[in-house]
Amino acid sequence: MEPCPAEPRHAILRGGSIITAVLFQLEGVGYSRGATPVLRDLTARLPHGASCVAGPSGSGKSTLLRLLNRLADPQEGRVLYRGEDVRERDPLELRREVCLVPQLPALLDGTVADNLRFAAELGGDEPDVVRLLDLAGLDASFAERDAARLSVGEQQRAMLARALAVDPRVLLLDEPTSALDADAREAIEATLRDLRRRLGISTVLVTHDVAQARRMAEWVVRIDEGRTVQQGAAAELLGVS
Amino acid sequence: MTSSIDVSLGEVAASLVLVAVAVALSFWRRADLERDIGIAVVRSVIQLTAIGYVIQAIFDEDSLALVVALITVMVVFGAVQARQRAGRVPGSFVPLLVALGVAGASTLGLVVALGIFEPEPRFLVPVGGMVVGNAMTAAAVALNRLGDEMSDRSREIEATLALGATSTQAAAPTLRRSLRSGTIALIDSTKTTGLIFFPGTMVGMLLAGADPTDAVRLQLILLYVLLGSVAIAALLATTLAYRNFFTAAHQLREPPEP
Repeated sequence: MEPCPAEPRHAILRGGSIITAVLFQLEGVGYSRGATPVLRDLTARLPHGASCVAGPSGSGKSTLLRLLNRLADPQEGRVLYRGEDVRERDPLELRREVCLVPQLPALLDGTVADNLRFAAELGGDEPDVVRLLDLAGLDASFAERDAARLSVGEQQRAMLARALAVDPRVLLLDEPTSALDADAREAIEATLRDLRRRLGISTVLVTHDVAQARRMAEWVVRIDEGRTVQQGAAAELLGVS
Repeated sequence: MTSSIDVSLGEVAASLVLVAVAVALSFWRRADLERDIGIAVVRSVIQLTAIGYVIQAIFDEDSLALVVALITVMVVFGAVQARQRAGRVPGSFVPLLVALGVAGASTLGLVVALGIFEPEPRFLVPVGGMVVGNAMTAAAVALNRLGDEMSDRSREIEATLALGATSTQAAAPTLRRSLRSGTIALIDSTKTTGLIFFPGTMVGMLLAGADPTDAVRLQLILLYVLLGSVAIAALLATTLAYRNFFTAAHQLREPPEP
């Protein structure tokens, strides 16, 4: 476990050796909604691979996630992605590279395939609908299903498939299982692990569930009241799953 | 049209009986509309009398400059009035002003250019008033819907932005629905005109003794002019106003609550 807040570095060290390069670095980040501070002088690092941002409701987890692909910009401090201030990046290109799947499903009107096509065309591509559905744990019959008539779990998977349609290098997942029962949650977690194995993309998962962070993450940042309280390798911080 | 009718003040006063019926119904059903009905009646008397004198003066002067001035005033007041209906849209005044101004200028310019009406005050003033009035209603309804949708559907819009869509792409479904809201009322009334109701211009001409064929033709012209102007107004108002919900970095200024 590392002391917090830690000195900014571009690599995460353990025992004097580099274990992985830093993907995101947040330096003294402050963000308020109106007059209410949400993030306060927050400093944290997220490496390549599977990371979790864990904390109680209202601790600022979702806001932190939105700063990583510039759905919002911090009022204080800065966010670095691969060592570069995200504000130096074109926001549209950044979001296609670092794609966020929101907590609640919010698909566009039309079929699942319509949604995948819309997302793929943002990057100028034609979607491989069957492959995308397969990656998200849905069979091909879902392509022509009306997105509005899917169950919440199916919509969440369709959201995942839609995010994959833009061919991201990083997936930001905002409490992807919070609206699901235990069986559906385990199935989505299995899908996410499978996804990382098949595509090799990095994930940053926000959760209020420490047990989920233990199951899903290699690196954990714990925040509370808008501040980082702990960060480090999940095995050291939370114990081995 | 050469025929005309004389309307006495007594006849106008007699029509207030129907207003009294409306007040009585409101009182009986406790709809609490009596005060609003009273204000509406008083304002209609004052405003229409005043505009009657203004129109008379413009007709007497026969000046196109005065026509332009009158329509400009209508556009400004229309934008102020419509802004109240678009309370959830930030910075709505300028989009409304542009929308009403362009809708009024382009439709009046076109009807003159196409030779439908002579460029004379007696045509341009009443047609201009109808165009600006209908454009105001359409733009106000469209922006009202836009404000509601941008709030109610902010999760869907931000989810689309999160994929790397531009603010224009993310707002496109909302803009489509807002445009429909602004124009659908006139489209529906145009569909049912003559079947379910007689439009005002036609009724007025028939009451004034005009030939029904002429009344119908003029009404058709006005309906089509109004269809064009409300479409222009609703489209421009929504197209200009939606940008105020986003930053230059394609972020929602008011993101959804976490």
